[in-house]
Amino acid sequence: MKFITAFFLTGFLGFVIGLFTNLPWWSFVFTSFIVATAVHQKPGKAFMSGFLGLFLLWGVLAILKDNANEHILSTKVAKLFPLGGSYLLLIFITAFLGGLVSGLAATSGSTFRKSTLD
Amino acid sequence: MRILPFITSTAITIGLVLVLNMQIPLGASKTPKLGYFLSPQQGFWQNAEPTNSSFNAQISTRGLKNKVDVYMDERLVPHIYAQNDLDAYYVQGFLHAKFRLWQMEFQTYVASGRLSEILGDSKLDIDRYFRRMGMVYGAEQTMAKMDNDREMQATVDAYTEGVNAYIKLLKPEDLPFEYKLLDYRPENWTPLKTYLFLMFMSYDLSGRGVSSDLKMTNARDYLGFESFNQLFPNIQDSLDPILPASTIYGKPSIIPIEPITTDSLYLHQVTSTLNVIAPPAPNKNNGSNNWAVSGKKTRSGRPILCNDPHLGLNLPSLWYEVQISTPTHNTYGASFPGSPAVIIGFNDSIAWGVTNAGRDVFDYYDMRFRDTTMKEYWYNGAWKKAEQRVEVIKIKGKPDREEKIAMTVYGPVMYDHSYSNESTNGRSLAVAWTANIAGNGLQTFYKLNRAKNFEDYQTAISNWWCPGQNFAFASKSGDIAIKQQGSFVARWNRQGDFIMPGSDSSYNWQGFIPENEHPMVKNPTREFVSSANQMATDSSYPYYLGGASAFPIYRGVIINRKLAVLNDITTTDMQMLQMENVNVFAEMARPVLLKYINESKLTTAQKKYIDILKNWNLRNDITEQGITVFNNIWDSLENVVWKDDFQKASKPMSWPESSTLLEHLLKDSVYGYADNILTTNTTESIQDAVMEAIAKASTALDKMVSDGKKLDWGAYKDTKVEHLLKIPALSSLHLPIGGGENCINATGTNHGPSWRMIVQMTDVIEAYGVYPGGQNGNPGSKFYDNFINSWAAGKYYRLLFVSKEDVAKQEKIKWHIAFINE
Repeated sequence: MKFITAFFLTGFLGFVIGLFTNLPWWSFVFTSFIVATAVHQKPGKAFMSGFLGLFLLWGVLAILKDNANEHILSTKVAKLFPLGGSYLLLIFITAFLGGLVSGLAATSGSTFRKSTLD
Repeated sequence: MRILPFITSTAITIGLVLVLNMQIPLGASKTPKLGYFLSPQQGFWQNAEPTNSSFNAQISTRGLKNKVDVYMDERLVPHIYAQNDLDAYYVQGFLHAKFRLWQMEFQTYVASGRLSEILGDSKLDIDRYFRRMGMVYGAEQTMAKMDNDREMQATVDAYTEGVNAYIKLLKPEDLPFEYKLLDYRPENWTPLKTYLFLMFMSYDLSGRGVSSDLKMTNARDYLGFESFNQLFPNIQDSLDPILPASTIYGKPSIIPIEPITTDSLYLHQVTSTLNVIAPPAPNKNNGSNNWAVSGKKTRSGRPILCNDPHLGLNLPSLWYEVQISTPTHNTYGASFPGSPAVIIGFNDSIAWGVTNAGRDVFDYYDMRFRDTTMKEYWYNGAWKKAEQRVEVIKIKGKPDREEKIAMTVYGPVMYDHSYSNESTNGRSLAVAWTANIAGNGLQTFYKLNRAKNFEDYQTAISNWWCPGQNFAFASKSGDIAIKQQGSFVARWNRQGDFIMPGSDSSYNWQGFIPENEHPMVKNPTREFVSSANQMATDSSYPYYLGGASAFPIYRGVIINRKLAVLNDITTTDMQMLQMENVNVFAEMARPVLLKYINESKLTTAQKKYIDILKNWNLRNDITEQGITVFNNIWDSLENVVWKDDFQKASKPMSWPESSTLLEHLLKDSVYGYADNILTTNTTESIQDAVMEAIAKASTALDKMVSDGKKLDWGAYKDTKVEHLLKIPALSSLHLPIGGGENCINATGTNHGPSWRMIVQMTDVIEAYGVYPGGQNGNPGSKFYDNFINSWAAGKYYRLLFVSKEDVAKQEKIKWHIAFINE
């Protein structure tokens, strides 16, 4: 249950803070960190829920944008990067990078709580 | 020690964020900030415009006097209906910014030598080049002059306000794609930026002298003036000038006096210490076609005007279609993002189109400075003070650099001890260029937008300054005309073709040719006017046109030949003529080549190619192989003929024009240059040269075939429309289109008809147009490149030109944007 809660909150708060586009793109680091301190799990689980929360958020947002665009831009960027023009790979990398940063932030949150409580 | 895991994971998190938040060098360029760029809420995903996007909007903004209605048609062309002119230009600025912001700003970064600021010190050379030529200086001069004209100042100010109104509303996530890619932000627009953009067009269309004057000087030094004169002649036999050959010219009002010292100090001077490496230069093929036929030759009984400017083909396109309708005028055409008004187009009464005049308006003067402080230079027997202009070049990630430019009576000193290379020896060359003298900016186009008849057209273009253009004209009332207009120096023969002495004022420009003596023709008996960058006049025109051998000939020949026989002309005929692929140069050159072939000496492989050449229909169509064979043989022939004569020269020089070689071959079968001077024991004839060229071409073609390349012209030429940053993923590649140099359809590899327009001046104007791009500069929009396939196929769009009363009910109108003053 904790896992599901942390996962959901990470994604939701990451989305909300992302609406403030004047803030840096990595602002979700703070929300992921706070979620991991509030909903305490072991570092490994905290990483997974933090990772999946942002992975899903960024993945879904990218897919929504990309489908409405009929892959016009993603195909170009995937050639530029170069990913052989594969928009699916580009979506995966987008989601993965977001997830990785968020997961690490959540791990920090989890270990922060451990180091202060004990 | 429980704090250790926390510190470790926090450090890794911060490290990863830092890495994803920086630009990492990758080869010559840098990656974007990956985390930012990929972030779906901020990065490039936000530029992925939904394909079913609605452009309906209501925009509250400051600075408008009245409400402005914009209707967007299905091709995303805005039709602006404003109640006064300034509101219209405000909205044009807003729309240019909305759809082309990155491009319009980037172009001014190029023009003003500021690329280092966004791309780093790899661009320092090109920045210094533009600055030292006087690009910023020239834009400032024109702006200062036009700011004294209240109407023009208000126009540019309104446009600027409109651009900035959009920038102000721009949310961070909506930044154009390229800003995110390169990681910078737009500045506010300024009137100077509009003038800088126009300065760039002046450079592109009148700046060839920056390189060619150096190369011609080198060639004169190397060959001697007599040989030079033979190889770089002033006029070609095949020329069919813009004005009919029968034209009789009046006496010139200025007779420029050739300095008495030209023989020793100019024509026969060998400036052995001056050994300048020629800089980059505008594309030689920058040119265009325009013509107008009178109602006597058309089915409708009304004139038809056509224009296709040949420029570099880029994405986003140089052009942006727009209709501007106000109580003073109702005008449609192609506009420049970065500038108000329509540049090529038509209104309710008239149509106009432009081609480049190509006349020499750029000269160098060799200056002698007292010392390296460059405070004084020798002029007419005394030391004269030089102003110093300091321009600061900002460089991304590096300290600023000061560029010091000495200013002389001629203009900025482009080359000096600080801007030189191993062979300039620090010599100082000042630039005299009409673009650096205050011009009239946009005024001509502003007036053409409103012109009602021939008299208005004449008034509108009478002050046009730089770059010199051939303005074609047609009116509903039945007039057609063409005039070459610009600031043209009254030159003595060969004045300015080479670097001139800068210490003696007798070499100065002695005046500009009065505007009423410029080549002009109205309603000629042949019932058409045309231009294709050829010389405007034959040799009976009393002024020297300058840099003459650079005028292309063959497009003019074929256009005039076709127009002379066409009658009962429709707009479809004109579309076909703009797409015409007949190659007149090859038509004249092939018989000469075939004449000199000794068939018995051809190998089987060579014979195969000669057969292709013989059977070729002389058209540059995409499936033809004959043009590929012809081009390879001709290029090899030029190599065989010129290479030995020029290769000993250490300095860069242009080889003579193809037309020069052809004309020599046509009239002079014993041609001295055919002899390879590297073989001392034999004298090669033209026949030897042609046979050698065929052997070389045949080898090259065989290699292409064995490498799996196609000889079909379309595949061989491989036309593309490149993104301004030269990024292939954002470009449109391998386009199926024929044509090429010397064809009316002058489409080269990355250069050609950048806007094709046909306007029939019937009561309800019937107009067609297409350009290789799309209205939206965003690579994530389906409107980014949606015209390109039509353009390549020679298909046109019927241009929607409607009054405010009728616009809303048009089927092709899809969206409405209302601009309301806040």
